[in-house]
Amino acid sequence: MRPELIDDVSQSALDPAGVGATQIVDLFHWMVGGGVVIWLIVVGLSVYSIVVPGGHRPRLTKTLVIGGGAVVPTVVLSSLLCYALAMLPELHRPPPSDSPTVKVNGVRWWWRVQYQTDDGRTIETANEIRLPVDEAVEFKLTSEDVIHSFWIPSLGGKVDMIPGRETRLKLYPTRVGKFRGVCAEYCGTAHAQMRFDVTVMPRPEFNRWLSNQSSDAREPSQQSAIRGGELFRRKGCGACHTIRGTDARGRVGPDLTHLASRSSLGAATKPNNTENLRHWITHTHHVKPGVTMPAFQALDEREVDAIVAYLEQLH
Amino acid sequence: MTAEATTTDERDPAAARLLDAWRTPTGWRYWTAVNNSEVGLWYVVASFTFFLFGGILALLMRIQLAVPENDFLTADQYHQVFTMHGSVMMFLFAVPILEAISILLLPEMLGARDLPFPRLSAYGFWCFLIGGIFVCGSIFFGVAPEGGWFMYPPMTTEYQTGVGVDIWLLGLSFIEVASIAAAVELIVGVLKCRPPGMRLNLIPLYAWYILVVAVMILFAFPPLIAGDLLMELERSLDWPFFDASRGGDPMLWQHLFWIFGHPEVYIVFLPSVALLAMIVPTFARAPMVGYGWIVLAAVGTGFLSFGLWVHHMFTTGLPAISIGIFSAASQAVAIPTGIQLFCFIATLLVGRVTKSVCLLFTLGGLATFIVGGLTGVMVAVAPFDYQAHDTYFIVGHLHYVLIGGTIFPIVAGVYYYYPAVTGKQLSERLGRYAFWMMLIGFNVSFFPMHFSGLLGMPRRVYTYQPELEVGTLNLISTIGAFVLAAGFLVFLWDVLRPKSKQPLAPRNVWNAGTLEWLAEVPDKPWGVRSIPIVETRYPLWDQEQFVQDVDEGRFFLPGADEGKRETLVTSVVDAEPIQCLRVPGPTFLTHFAAVFTGGVFILSTFHWYVAAGISGVLAVATILVWLWTGTAWIPEKHEKDVGRGVTLPIYVSGSRAVGWWAMFITMLGDMTAFISLVFGYFFYWTIQEDFPPQDSTGPGWIWPIAALLAITLVWSAVMAARQFNRQNRGSMFYGALVCGIALSLTGGWALLMGPATHAMDPTSHVYPAIVWVLVIWTTLHVVVGIVMQLYCAARRMAGKMTARYDADIVNVTLYWHFIFLTTLITCLVIAGFPMVAR
Repeated sequence: MRPELIDDVSQSALDPAGVGATQIVDLFHWMVGGGVVIWLIVVGLSVYSIVVPGGHRPRLTKTLVIGGGAVVPTVVLSSLLCYALAMLPELHRPPPSDSPTVKVNGVRWWWRVQYQTDDGRTIETANEIRLPVDEAVEFKLTSEDVIHSFWIPSLGGKVDMIPGRETRLKLYPTRVGKFRGVCAEYCGTAHAQMRFDVTVMPRPEFNRWLSNQSSDAREPSQQSAIRGGELFRRKGCGACHTIRGTDARGRVGPDLTHLASRSSLGAATKPNNTENLRHWITHTHHVKPGVTMPAFQALDEREVDAIVAYLEQLH
Repeated sequence: MTAEATTTDERDPAAARLLDAWRTPTGWRYWTAVNNSEVGLWYVVASFTFFLFGGILALLMRIQLAVPENDFLTADQYHQVFTMHGSVMMFLFAVPILEAISILLLPEMLGARDLPFPRLSAYGFWCFLIGGIFVCGSIFFGVAPEGGWFMYPPMTTEYQTGVGVDIWLLGLSFIEVASIAAAVELIVGVLKCRPPGMRLNLIPLYAWYILVVAVMILFAFPPLIAGDLLMELERSLDWPFFDASRGGDPMLWQHLFWIFGHPEVYIVFLPSVALLAMIVPTFARAPMVGYGWIVLAAVGTGFLSFGLWVHHMFTTGLPAISIGIFSAASQAVAIPTGIQLFCFIATLLVGRVTKSVCLLFTLGGLATFIVGGLTGVMVAVAPFDYQAHDTYFIVGHLHYVLIGGTIFPIVAGVYYYYPAVTGKQLSERLGRYAFWMMLIGFNVSFFPMHFSGLLGMPRRVYTYQPELEVGTLNLISTIGAFVLAAGFLVFLWDVLRPKSKQPLAPRNVWNAGTLEWLAEVPDKPWGVRSIPIVETRYPLWDQEQFVQDVDEGRFFLPGADEGKRETLVTSVVDAEPIQCLRVPGPTFLTHFAAVFTGGVFILSTFHWYVAAGISGVLAVATILVWLWTGTAWIPEKHEKDVGRGVTLPIYVSGSRAVGWWAMFITMLGDMTAFISLVFGYFFYWTIQEDFPPQDSTGPGWIWPIAALLAITLVWSAVMAARQFNRQNRGSMFYGALVCGIALSLTGGWALLMGPATHAMDPTSHVYPAIVWVLVIWTTLHVVVGIVMQLYCAARRMAGKMTARYDADIVNVTLYWHFIFLTTLITCLVIAGFPMVAR
């Protein structure tokens, strides 16, 4: 089977698109350069000591031990520390108070994402984060079950999500584009498929997106979608999922109010298209092992079609 | 062998008696041997077998990750495999192999006939074997632990309800206890069983390293055991130590785990450097340059390694200031490491190097390790770690450290010491093949991981999506892993291939300068014919006629007149001979003790607590029989002529005796575990605004004060009993012990009554839970103390302890010093602290 590709997104720490990530890549390059030089010198010296017949004077070697073993490392490491630790205060400084704040909860194995609107309302979405470009943003992170770790390699470092605690992370995206975030702390069965989409966009576009997200779900108009909405209720989907504006108010699973606006399914496991959505509903565990959602294999073809039609119009 | 023994008999009856005393049992009784040569060898073979098992698990992982979205293993299978790979390599290979090699070689390096407690080594080995098979076996039933080797709660407490986590906690705790036993043995061995004249500044570097490492084990493993205890209590009794909703905190586990886990890295790495420190001077034909520097560096590394654990937690949202401090401390450890490397290089520069496979593996190991050291410096820089942490970059880094710093040196050590142990040499040609395959395979496998990590591949994923674009890198890694494995197979073949037709290697085949090369070919069970006087660091090079004098029995203990196994005990600093120590011989008791001890842990895993309890009683009974029949023998005469006109006592007690040291060292480890629990109490206090909670009554102060009073009196009673025994006032002695036992019962009961009478429900909140843990810990120690008092009374009654031969009561007094301290701290914490805190 030919593997199916989601959009071309960056997940590389070496392809930075944020202030933190860029600084860290520079640091990395300096350290690699220094490391290569040190390695060549030490290994070169070792090979020389074996290949070339010895008998060097002991006094010379004493200088070598003190110089090479103690003095040089102390100087090199101190300079490295000064350079690197100088980055810490800035990386840890909270952003200006008017910066956007995103609250993210790690849940086995997906992400509950909450934005604040200007009028003070909390908008919930899942497995997708959108950010305005060239603005600092603060993430408030916690977990609802086990320890997870929130990491968007292209934008900066990671921070763990720990039950009972709130950790914070500041990121500053500098490039418009699509990126991939992942859970970096082993969290059980579907750890490998606990990912999310990140879209960095110009401020006006971001505002449009946020205002769309803050609206309630649209009423289905087509016949099959209407029937799908009814099935969604009857089959009990609302016990776990919320669709704002309907009586589906479950909190166990991801909010689906604007599911169709997202680019992927199952916490960035598969691209969001009709085929994958069908498959997700009927063969959930085949797509993502360990998921707590039961597979709805008992649904017949037409019922699945209707539910998919309903979900696909939730833009 | 027989023919030679006969000729020895005729020529030298003293040698014949010595040989007879140390003879290895034959037939099925071979397995009752306790001598370091046999136990050490079994230990090495068992550790390597576990290593191969861990290696096969690694290959399974590499097959699964060879291509994106592979379905060779399911997610759960993969998680079991990676958990077991890490746990097996760390707990069943890396730590045991160092103890194994040390048990095998340390006495030889010190010219001793055996370690001071041969049966303890044997017991440790059988515990290790039983525990190891139990833990490894679980994977064949699909119930292996799958929480990672770090077992972070709350995943492992609330979300993995199968038996796997219990197998990990209890099975490995069992093995950790065995590791601590070996550490006690090795510390006492280095401090007390050196040859006369080998002052501290003449000790072989290997022994220095092992001393440092054994002390590290003593302080690093107990915090993990304390953590295991807390987690097992949460899992089986629902005491909420790591449950945030009831006041617990999952971070406590991370602290306890990494206070163990970081020193663990150096516990694994330093013994391998120790092997290199023996190999390098031999092939450089020159004494090690900078002996003092190396010792200081090893000790410094040991100290520093306890101050670095937080660098495993840089991403847990700690404040920048603590991150900065731990970042700097983590860098600092590179300096002593650098000193050691440069001392090796300097030695090679000074000497005239003989090339060999040993040196090839040494050099390959260094070149590889330095890469790991440099990437280690990189990840110690906190900002970079924010990116690299928990990615394949770390997988690459840690394997460069562990394979370069540990595996290559161990293979070098096998090539080096194989002739000393078996009398045959390994093949230089096969060695070179193995070396190049391993070196190339290793780098092909692990170098690309640095990039797959930075390209965004997290650790511990059972699969990855094709669009991540790390498929090619992973395929390369997999190919490299198989080349590496093939290199190991060549090495394994070289070790195992039949060598009966191969001629024996000459004695001291590498022309080394240290005592272990006194070993005759083929080896004799006595270790050395006579225990030499050592005047230099390399006596075989520097002391004239040394080998001849040893062989002809011109030094100490050249015979065994009474047919007993004997070795010398010397003073700690100057190695003045102070005792002729008799050590016990072959036995099955150690097997029974190990099986029953294992029963306690293994049966508890399946919640069969009654059976576990019975097994525990049997274990205690067996150990008591072992102590009764195998320790503190009253000799037939006070003193003995050990040769060269020196007469030494056969029985000593107090701080000159090895048993006293073993008790002291064991109790240091025990206190460390206890202090880890106390740390837990104060950790909760620091992270919670309301601890102890306002609405909790606490254990009050009356019962704890009563307990403290009772235990203080027990402590005095035991000291009085020691005094009465020394004055040979029998009735007073028994009277003091009867009082002591009665007061112990009172004290233990009073300890439990504190929380019991204040309705402290340990499942309701972490505060009552941690109070209960401290109280139960202390009470259990008091109960053990009661058994010890009964034992002393019985020993005197049976005439096995007298006024002069009083080691039992002296050691029990030492135990009670620690119990008094434990009780004092417990009472101050549970009763005193709430008063101060409010």
